[in-house]
Amino acid sequence: MIGDRGEIVVGLRFGLCKMPAPVRLRELIRTIRAARTQAEEREVIQKECALIRSSFREEDNTYRCRNVAKLIYMHMLGYPAHFGQLECLKLIASQRFTDKRIGYLGAMLLLDERQDVHLLMTNCLKNDLSHSTQFVQGLSLCTLGCMGSSDMCRDLAGEVEKLLKNSNSYIRKKAALAAVHVIRKVPELLEMFLPATKNLLNDKNHGVLHAAVVLVIEMCKHSPDTHAYFRKVVPQLVKSLKNLIMSGYSPEHDVSGISDPFLQVQILRLLRMLGKSDDEASEQMNDILAQVATNTETSKNVGNAILYETVLTVMDIKSESGLRVLAVNILGRFLLNNDKNIRYVALTSLLKMVQTDHNAVQRHRSTIVDCLTDIDVSIRRRAMNLCFALVNGSNVRGMMKEMQYFLDHCDTEFKADCASGIFLAAEKYAPNKRWHIDTIMRVLTTAGSYVRDDSVPLLIQLISSANSLHTFNVQRLYQAIRVDISQQPLVQVALWCIGEYGDLLLPGRFDVEPLVQDPEEEVLDVLENILQSSLSALTTREYALTAIMKLSTRLQSSTKPALLERMPLIQKSAANGPVNAVVNGEEKEEGGSFPAPEQLSQQAQVNNLLDLLDDSNPAASVPQENKVPQTGGELLDLLDGLSLPDSQSSGRSDAQPQLVLDGIVPPSPQNAANVKQGIPSIIAYDQNGLKIEFSFEQSKANTNMLFITLRASNSTEMDMSNFVLQAAVPKSFQLQLMSPSGSIIPARNSGAVTQLMRVLNSQKHPLRMRLKFMYNHREAPIEVMADVNEFPPQAWE
Amino acid sequence: MIKAILIFNNHGKPRLSKFYEHYSEDTQQQIIRETFHLVSKRDENVCNFLEGGMLIGGADNKLIYRHYATLYFVFCVDSSESELGILDLIQVFVETLDKCFENVCELDLIFHVDKVHNILAEMVMGGMVLETNMNEIVTQIDAQNKMEKSEAGLAGAPARAVSAVKNMNLPEMPRNINIGDISIKVPNLPSFK
Repeated sequence: MIGDRGEIVVGLRFGLCKMPAPVRLRELIRTIRAARTQAEEREVIQKECALIRSSFREEDNTYRCRNVAKLIYMHMLGYPAHFGQLECLKLIASQRFTDKRIGYLGAMLLLDERQDVHLLMTNCLKNDLSHSTQFVQGLSLCTLGCMGSSDMCRDLAGEVEKLLKNSNSYIRKKAALAAVHVIRKVPELLEMFLPATKNLLNDKNHGVLHAAVVLVIEMCKHSPDTHAYFRKVVPQLVKSLKNLIMSGYSPEHDVSGISDPFLQVQILRLLRMLGKSDDEASEQMNDILAQVATNTETSKNVGNAILYETVLTVMDIKSESGLRVLAVNILGRFLLNNDKNIRYVALTSLLKMVQTDHNAVQRHRSTIVDCLTDIDVSIRRRAMNLCFALVNGSNVRGMMKEMQYFLDHCDTEFKADCASGIFLAAEKYAPNKRWHIDTIMRVLTTAGSYVRDDSVPLLIQLISSANSLHTFNVQRLYQAIRVDISQQPLVQVALWCIGEYGDLLLPGRFDVEPLVQDPEEEVLDVLENILQSSLSALTTREYALTAIMKLSTRLQSSTKPALLERMPLIQKSAANGPVNAVVNGEEKEEGGSFPAPEQLSQQAQVNNLLDLLDDSNPAASVPQENKVPQTGGELLDLLDGLSLPDSQSSGRSDAQPQLVLDGIVPPSPQNAANVKQGIPSIIAYDQNGLKIEFSFEQSKANTNMLFITLRASNSTEMDMSNFVLQAAVPKSFQLQLMSPSGSIIPARNSGAVTQLMRVLNSQKHPLRMRLKFMYNHREAPIEVMADVNEFPPQAWE
Repeated sequence: MIKAILIFNNHGKPRLSKFYEHYSEDTQQQIIRETFHLVSKRDENVCNFLEGGMLIGGADNKLIYRHYATLYFVFCVDSSESELGILDLIQVFVETLDKCFENVCELDLIFHVDKVHNILAEMVMGGMVLETNMNEIVTQIDAQNKMEKSEAGLAGAPARAVSAVKNMNLPEMPRNINIGDISIKVPNLPSFK
């Protein structure tokens, strides 16, 4: 086609082309479809875009519409097409209908309010609104109605209003919907369109009538005042609806045997809006609604659509009760319909009206419960919500049974909501506590991991309040977690209960089958298992820990040691040796519940005595039950020879009650010689370079108590290491050895090891002592035994 | 109000996309992809309504779709529209396409996407239903197409020729030719020696 551009014309005449004509749209589509990969397609499109761009630059009128059509296609596929926006405007401005058509389409697809280019359209639109050709007017109205900005709407509202009264129904129809858009954008202009609506609602043409009803609905939505204005037309609407139903077969508007269902639905919708809070209007509608409800054919979807709209209208207006029952029954029939879409809308509507018409909906309860097993997941969900809404005091048991069955078999996405629903319903309507707790237990065991977190404290509160049922509950919970510990909320509740009521698990209190073997052991094993299992969440472990601690007071058995042994692991054992050494030296040691008891009783453990002394003693960090201490110092019958008894090694057992320290710290060894009572010190041993001196002091508080400070020195050339001393006294005495200051005696008397001993001589016998010491000297271990008999008489008198 | 109308095939390729509310181009493509994802997962015997995805307005909006052979027709609507009514609308739309294209198939939609837009513009305007009378719509479309053709002039000649041939009833023509009337005289070949 020859355009108004000289070059191209000339070129064609002389057989020369400035550039080849752009490909037709379908060619482009074919090429794109032939591309086998995304990259190929992109390449084709890029090439074409480049060509189109140059063509636009050439200002080629002839092929502009073709290019824009291609651009629109590429835009649909997702490629950028903004460079075509201005071209659309040029097309709109053209005189040809073809150009305008593509131009307006392109404008609707590529342009929007946010671009400035948009405003340039206004003038074109205005001109086209009064174009001689109806189709051009139609295009203009359509574009305005789709994407007109508020400014454009304001400018052109007058034109649109004029067209509402146009003689051409095609134009009237489009103008009405364009008016809807104008009102949406600029609500203040609403009143402008009011007068025209009167005639529009009387229109014979269904399309116009339909658009008019839509316009009126829009007006009512925006301004409640217009309600009063339009209530006057309710009789008119009722008449129109009646005509539609009653009129004979009209092939034009027929859809599956029903006369213009779309229009019927719109009228019903408008009636709904107008009758909403108005008695008079509602009354005028009652008859026609009943008529529609009973006369509409339900075999096809269209009929059902009308019925559905009728039901919604009946429920919203102030209808009489008979009509409402009719509506609910229609919905009930819907539920039995084979078409799943119908069932879906029925359930949705029933859910909306379950509050207001509870009893009516209850009548259909069994059908609703059947829907729980529907194939369609959205129907199942709605049925579930509706079932929960229908639960009341009288049907709670039956309904909960159904819901629990549902919970067992439903998809995981439902389980959380279903569980919460059951809990809520149980809380509101539970007939008695036992049933309530029973229900909760069942939910926990079947869907325990889907229960919401906040339900755990609620359940604990509930269980603790049901005093008579504590035994029953804890036993059931215990049985449950024996089997399965993966469901966290269940495990947490169970742990709490076992912690509180664990004593009720012991034999003799069992109604159900007794535990085997040692029940406490088993309970603790189970708890330990949970604590260490990787399935347990942090909160669950915390519960487990608390439960174990509670049980330690409630359960009285000797297996506690095993239990308590675990604790250091969790508390990061307080392994601080020096502290313990001091503690050992000064304090009564608590709790002999460690491996100690066995060791204490074994004489062969003697050699380990001082190891125990030096050990970091974890027992120190945990309060223990006090064991009855062993009597101080298994004494040696001095005549028996070598086997030394356990002296009362400090740090192991409790001291004798009489030996309660009164906090008197004995004086430093250096001054021992000339202390108050003036007991002379002695040299207990002196051989091979090792010299041991004893210095004495009598306790002021207790004259039977003697403090002996031992001083060991080394006059040889080499150090003595690993120096360990043990002492024994006759039966009538009691001896306590404190920790030595060290275990290395430096050479050449450059230092000494001191050790304090306390001797209780209640019978004032002469003091005798046997010493045994071991040390390493010159790489060789040495063991020495010596008797000390020459104690100064003041020491024991 | 109808928020969007989408047609795509079983593999998610868009065949028509019309939005009645403004979304940026990226959002539009995302919506198409997400809708395809939601709709393609659906089984054949579940209901045709879906809660909308995150992008299209969320809780208030629904997707109402119908699956015809290789194409999905999806209407995204808000709560003011009746679901059953929209299902009927989709049916009317497809029947209208069928009438305009004569046994419409996917290829028709592919190669004539602008025409499909024009048909749709006669049915839905600004997100509201405009016309549902199939005959009325077809009449309007035909009239407008005629206008376009009359403007096409020379450049449209090849297209017109094609459609003329299409309209020709070829099987009928041979009946008019009376072969029996033609007497073929065979020349005396020996004379060409």
